[in-house]
Amino acid sequence: MAKPFLQIKNLAVDFATRRGVVHAVDDININLNKGEVIAIVGESGSGKSVTAYSILNLLGNNGKIAKGSITFDGMNLENPSASLLKDIRGREIAMIFQNPMSTLNPIRKVGDQLSDMLRQHAQATNQTAPRKVIELLHKVEIQDTRRVTNAYPFELSGGMCQRVMIALALACNSRLLIADEPTTGLDVTTQKSIMDLIMGLVKHRNLAVILITHDLGMAYQYCDKFVVMEKGQVVEACDDHSLFTSPQHSYTKKLLAATPGISSKVEHLTPTVPVELSKPAVEIEKKELLKVEGLVKTYILKSQGGFKSQGNTFNAVDGVNFTIYQGECVGLVGESGCGKSTTSRLIARLEQPSEGRILFLGEDIGQVSDRDFIRSPRRKDIQMVFQDPTGSLNPRHSAFQLISEPILRLQKDFNKANLKDQVYQLAEKVGLPLELIYRLPHQLSGGQKARVGIARAIALNPKLLILDEPTSALDVSVQAIVLQLLEHLRREHNLSYLFVSHDLNVVRMLSQRILVMQSGKIVESGETAEVMSKPKHLFTKTLLAAIPQLAS
Amino acid sequence: MGDLLLNKKVVRNTDTKLDPELSQHSQNSATPEQHDWRQQTWYILSQNPISMFSIVLFLIFILVGITGPFWVPFDPIASDTSIALQAPSFLHLFGTDHLGRDVFSRVVVATRLDLWIALSAVSISALVGTSLGCLAGYFGGWYDRIIGRIADTILAFPLFVLAMGIVAVLGNSLTNVIYATALINIPFFIRVARAEVTIQRNHQYVQAALLSGNTHLRTLVFHIFPNCLPALMVQMSLNMGWAILNAAGLSFIGLGVRPPVAEWGIMVAEGANYIISGEWWLVLFPGLILMLAVFCFNLLGDALRDLVDPQKRT
Repeated sequence: MAKPFLQIKNLAVDFATRRGVVHAVDDININLNKGEVIAIVGESGSGKSVTAYSILNLLGNNGKIAKGSITFDGMNLENPSASLLKDIRGREIAMIFQNPMSTLNPIRKVGDQLSDMLRQHAQATNQTAPRKVIELLHKVEIQDTRRVTNAYPFELSGGMCQRVMIALALACNSRLLIADEPTTGLDVTTQKSIMDLIMGLVKHRNLAVILITHDLGMAYQYCDKFVVMEKGQVVEACDDHSLFTSPQHSYTKKLLAATPGISSKVEHLTPTVPVELSKPAVEIEKKELLKVEGLVKTYILKSQGGFKSQGNTFNAVDGVNFTIYQGECVGLVGESGCGKSTTSRLIARLEQPSEGRILFLGEDIGQVSDRDFIRSPRRKDIQMVFQDPTGSLNPRHSAFQLISEPILRLQKDFNKANLKDQVYQLAEKVGLPLELIYRLPHQLSGGQKARVGIARAIALNPKLLILDEPTSALDVSVQAIVLQLLEHLRREHNLSYLFVSHDLNVVRMLSQRILVMQSGKIVESGETAEVMSKPKHLFTKTLLAAIPQLAS
Repeated sequence: MGDLLLNKKVVRNTDTKLDPELSQHSQNSATPEQHDWRQQTWYILSQNPISMFSIVLFLIFILVGITGPFWVPFDPIASDTSIALQAPSFLHLFGTDHLGRDVFSRVVVATRLDLWIALSAVSISALVGTSLGCLAGYFGGWYDRIIGRIADTILAFPLFVLAMGIVAVLGNSLTNVIYATALINIPFFIRVARAEVTIQRNHQYVQAALLSGNTHLRTLVFHIFPNCLPALMVQMSLNMGWAILNAAGLSFIGLGVRPPVAEWGIMVAEGANYIISGEWWLVLFPGLILMLAVFCFNLLGDALRDLVDPQKRT
């Protein structure tokens, strides 16, 4: 049997830290041939990135390959010389990263960065570079080449930047592409077009790809071989899609169960179902809690260079109408920039609506200015769970302080003696271990931080909870637990949710009704099952088609 | 100032340990550094020997400043022309000056005055500058424009000349030296505070604080400001160094502190005349100590930043 194109054998990587040596990954075996796409799947901290980075020796000063070998096309890469690395990086093996906006140099034009790459590896001269750059951009399906070559990275969208990154990776006809979560943070529709582009390149250029991802749906849809990693170990490797139909290892099973699919239910995401969830859902009585009428938010765009801001306005939210009934979860779905976050901030009264009414139990809370709303008795009825569990917790406050904050500020009959009991009860309710309650946010894991955020939001028994992409920064298994927790809390306390997300699969599981939003307007709304099975609007159809699905 | 910070930590850590049973719990599960602020401080300092060095040096300066006048071998002001301009010896460690005063005693006694000028000037400018900078950074708009222009206006002058002018106009006194030094340091605090607040206000914890019923002002003071402390600490200690240099500079040219009071700047000024005739010790020792103090404050910044940064509490 011929030697594979890329062979990683018994690889172990160690990092020297001030707390001693950390064995990041151990005993990794990967074989990859030309034209194959391998997925390294795992959750954060599983060592999937370290494995890929070690191929290019991008391990930092404190990391080293402790044992094992990496062979790429007959070359040994476990202990490369500086000159070999210089030749290989970019020319033979290219890499694209998670956040394309920050991977491109922000102060240089895109065209210059591309031609640098070409000249560095002697693929072009000063004369031929501009033409080659345009050819490259055409290859990654960018039509508007003149604008893109003269643009700075911040002037381009995330998807466009990722295309440029791929162009950079392909500039020198690399034969192996390492894609580290290339579409995390991008919209599903953009994700689909980026992945389709990469798959096209695999087909036409016989490119080998290592796709690092946490999304099993994406791995299923695009890859030929699979490696599942947990805690620095490969727990399961599989050369065909049988991984998804008959997983062997318990961790793979757990991951598969936790990944929301087209038909999965929130009860089935984790092996142990909380008791309350096994009960049938309560019927929602049609009692209006929130009614939004003709909501508009207009931003004034600053004209460049002028002293006065004038003229140009932009409607982030453009005449939105909807109702939320008591005890109901309504999903608000759309791509980034469609105005869904602005809508949620308007309802949470963090921003002032330009037009329209926000009726909360019949009372127009849009009339109260956001400054006065803090003192309104309605403040405690509308709370929010934020997207980023790290950024939404004050880094100087312990979990206890964070949860007690709304009680201290807003609870009328607040009693100092009860505070501790109250906070402990909340922590118990969201499943935060009590021994962690005096820790600071950076001493907690992502899931624990999410629990603190939820405990804080439900501290005052709000009537409406706005969930602003509450799980998008979490691993799937943690997401599964958080979703169950949210569903459990809704059923137990008859809460109402406005669930804002870009992920239809997630929204679907929790919501009774779904609103689809596009450029400030709601383009489709209806019962969840109906929207999912019989989408009417073209945009909904595109969204649904773009989601990578596991086989059901 | 270092003491103040440490005290604050004590309060923080005691109120998070209301429940003995719970702290027992965390003792089992968490790393040992968490429990005791003293261990915590020690841990941070032991990670960085330079921080340790600067803190020790700072404490020595404070100690000398407080106790110096009680143990110096000679009266720093009493002159005795019979022993004028003697070179360093065991009796007079740093030698004697043109009036026969013991240079060592004068240098030691001057510590209190110089530190006092630096501390009070920096406290005033930190208080005023940080408040203005926070307002500008959080509320933006007209606050930002007006406060920003104030800072620009002050910075438009050569700062030392501005301080000279203020002292000359307001009158030649110690208080006015402090005010002048404080004023010229204000813009730096405005800028650092404004920049930090504009970064912090975009974090989601600010929105969370508003949702929890905090008013904007309360959010700014109790949520955003503490998170700006690490950067402000660096600025404060750097400004301490500048303030000492500035005060010494003013007295060097004859403003502010007047002879026969012992002050490092005056001593350097007085001694400068004698360098040509070979009496180097008059300038060298106060100059060296002045340099050491400024050096110490510049290093102290990093140490203080590490101490107030919660992320360092592993």
